[in-house]
Amino acid sequence: MTHPVGAPLRHESATLHVQGAARYIDDLPAPAGCLHAAFGLASIAHGRILAMDLAAVLAAPGVVAVLTAQDIPASNDCGPIVHDDPILADGLVHFMGQPLFLVLAESHEQARRAARLAKVDVEALPAILDIPSAIAAESWLMPPVHVQRGDADKALASAQHRLQGRATLGGQEHFYLESQIALAIPREEGSLHVQSSTQHPTEMQQTIAHMLGWAAHQVSVECRRMGGAFGGKESQSAQVASAAALGAWKTGRAVKLRLDRDDDILITGKRHDFAYEWEAGFDDHGQLQGLAITLASRCGFSTDLSGPVNDRAIFHLDNCYYLDAVAIRSLRCRTNTVSNTAFRGFGGPQGIFAIEYILDDIAHHLGLDPLEVRRRNFYGLPGNDACTTTHYGMPVQDNVAPQLVDQLAQECDYSARRAAIAAFNATSPVLKRGIALTPVKFGISFTATHYNQAGAQVCVYADGSVLVTHGGTEMGQGLYTKIAQIVAQALGLSIDRVRLSSTDTSRVPNTSATAASSGTDLNGQAALAAARKIRKRLTDFFSTRHGLRGAKIEFADGKVSAGEISEDFTTLTAAAYRARVQLWDSGFYATPKIHYDPASLQGRPFFYFAYGACCAEVVIDTLTGESRILRADILHDAGRSINPALDIGQVEGAFIQGAGWITSEELVFDGAGRLRTHAPSTYKIPAASDCPPVLNVKLFDNINAENSVHRSKAVGEPPLVHGFAVFFALRDACSAALGAPAPLQAPATPEAILRAIGGMP
Amino acid sequence: MITLNINGKSTRVDVAPDTPLLWVLRDSLQLTGTKFGCGMALCGACTVHMDGQAIRSCTTPVSVAVGKKIVTIEGVDRLKVAQAVQEAWKRLDVVQCGYCQSGQIMSAVTLLTENRKPSDADIDSAMAGNVCRCATYVRIRAAIHEAAKALA
Repeated sequence: MTHPVGAPLRHESATLHVQGAARYIDDLPAPAGCLHAAFGLASIAHGRILAMDLAAVLAAPGVVAVLTAQDIPASNDCGPIVHDDPILADGLVHFMGQPLFLVLAESHEQARRAARLAKVDVEALPAILDIPSAIAAESWLMPPVHVQRGDADKALASAQHRLQGRATLGGQEHFYLESQIALAIPREEGSLHVQSSTQHPTEMQQTIAHMLGWAAHQVSVECRRMGGAFGGKESQSAQVASAAALGAWKTGRAVKLRLDRDDDILITGKRHDFAYEWEAGFDDHGQLQGLAITLASRCGFSTDLSGPVNDRAIFHLDNCYYLDAVAIRSLRCRTNTVSNTAFRGFGGPQGIFAIEYILDDIAHHLGLDPLEVRRRNFYGLPGNDACTTTHYGMPVQDNVAPQLVDQLAQECDYSARRAAIAAFNATSPVLKRGIALTPVKFGISFTATHYNQAGAQVCVYADGSVLVTHGGTEMGQGLYTKIAQIVAQALGLSIDRVRLSSTDTSRVPNTSATAASSGTDLNGQAALAAARKIRKRLTDFFSTRHGLRGAKIEFADGKVSAGEISEDFTTLTAAAYRARVQLWDSGFYATPKIHYDPASLQGRPFFYFAYGACCAEVVIDTLTGESRILRADILHDAGRSINPALDIGQVEGAFIQGAGWITSEELVFDGAGRLRTHAPSTYKIPAASDCPPVLNVKLFDNINAENSVHRSKAVGEPPLVHGFAVFFALRDACSAALGAPAPLQAPATPEAILRAIGGMP
Repeated sequence: MITLNINGKSTRVDVAPDTPLLWVLRDSLQLTGTKFGCGMALCGACTVHMDGQAIRSCTTPVSVAVGKKIVTIEGVDRLKVAQAVQEAWKRLDVVQCGYCQSGQIMSAVTLLTENRKPSDADIDSAMAGNVCRCATYVRIRAAIHEAAKALA
């Protein structure tokens, strides 16, 4: 019997991908007369626009129109939550690289060349560029948030040991290989169809409709696949989609806007960088007794998703650990820099980084193995029910961190290797090794409760072939493959009988972003609900047709059977069609059990938690600061995996991406607010040579305690946190070199490593 | 008019001689399997073969390609090595988002044509110019080894 669910089936586009035949938006044949657009960008971080002379732009070869904020008929805004995100600057420049105007020309090159010809007169205003200056000026994007449990001050005062500390964690550029792109096509009677590389077609639809003063049903947005997204195309695809739509509305011609790489990096937001300051109290065994901490993030000039990103940092400050008396202050800094946004993990990793740094400090202070200190602080200490509730009031009922960590520590031979590394370091003056084993617990669900819904439509044609459409988008994570597996299984078919259509707001409406790792959880359930309705009708039809009553009817291997009576699925669907049985249906899903109070951040924001752990071993060169990952072992909890091949691929990729973030990827803004690392020449993402020679990834044997789709667990974001094992292994190596806890900051570039070991001023 | 040899066929295009080969392939010839990534020869998404060598088409003026044999992802499967690479890629489920993979495959084919038994170090060095943001590198390495085995 075929069981598509749980099988390591290849990605549904695998054959197309290896032939170069999988089409992205820039590969679609452009409609006749298609115009090409380019933004003109601000060259100052903060200022008042006194005049924009666009005559030379308009006169340039091939230019058809130049649009500014004044050309926007209704709402000049592409902000996802708060309406403070101009599509084109209106009066004020908020960051260097902000789009000021849009050029429409006959060719891409003509548009880009013309965009350089504007004369823009801007009166400079004082710019706040980084977290320290924002804190000094109390420049908040939204008011500081405080979350506390117990009395942290009292707990600190009575603790056996107290440590103060601080750390910084850099941001991260998404660097999706397919830059932001949209193709807007005018249709009849005031309507537009927009091909958008976006994780959130519905939001693109709404933003464009608002911009034009239209109703939602006048705009349809479609996306078949993205060439990477990683959160960068959740809200921030809107500026490009809106601008293309504006151009199409204004000219009546199709408009394509594809950002050049440098422009993309300058215009679009990144992962929030964070700065932390804390005081921790703990006992002789390293068990935390009290913690007071400030988390400050650089949000950039507009709200975007910074609220929920910073909330998620608060929700993940505990990681796998019980925080008894804790006081958290979260500062959301407004700066004159690009508006930071979602990035795989969405603030969760930034919360986890802090507590891991703190436990690392405690271990060094007490001379204990950091893994031992981590273990002593895990949730769910035996016989103590009080230690199972998070600081935001959610009981941790599915905790597998202790078992999972034990299994990994044993399988990767952590203790023996730690001893061997100490011996190596004792006799190696220049090269120093380090090792760390860090866990992750990651909350699954959108914290914005209303996002936790999804729809899907399953069409069974009379010939028995199946077409599925749903609200999720494909960005390489394998969502379409998993949905096909789920539907195929429900109808007893092999996966090649099920085809996925592109995601389109005119087929499934009111969709949520494909984000928060929840694409399969939500859309898989919706597709399953639709498939079950069809299956039920076919079951009834089959029973009637064969005069069966109460018999068990099975759908498997392309057949529908009740004992000896069996017919092909295709025969049955053809007959059902002739008998006027509805062979298509829609399905809907809303995640149960979740609720929380956004003001106090108390409640149950997450349906469940996903877990994992990583052990990394590294070596540093104390003369040059260079480092290498020598080996990494990962054990990850994907529940009962729907597709282990895809899930392990997600874990491998997320680990490397996380390791890149905390080692080589450095965003450098100069004193004028200009991002100096706006190209692959200066912004270094991992290459093949940065991967460890040994990378063992295994899925933890587990099933979801909650009734998720086939008891699987979300897998997109949680494994990004495994990259932190690399950071703490590097810190371990630095501390070995320094002979004291090294103040290593992230990203741990060679310069940062040298600074941490006192080898560089 | 410029005459080019693309995927074994003689093709005439009407473009300026300094036009990057990438845009001739994509815009004039609708060979869209080769991708634009950075425009600076730094990401590898635009990799094609010129007389068997992996080159970055985004910074190669079309004039340089005149008289040379250009092979793109659309035509590479006529090489036995490429078939082995594509098969291994599918078998090991290398691809995630897929955008960089045409370039990865073109570089892998060049590597295996020149070196039938590459080590991990050979692979890392040959593939260093092809970045993958999904970080499928572990499987790329494994798939190149697997293709090498199939070709042995």
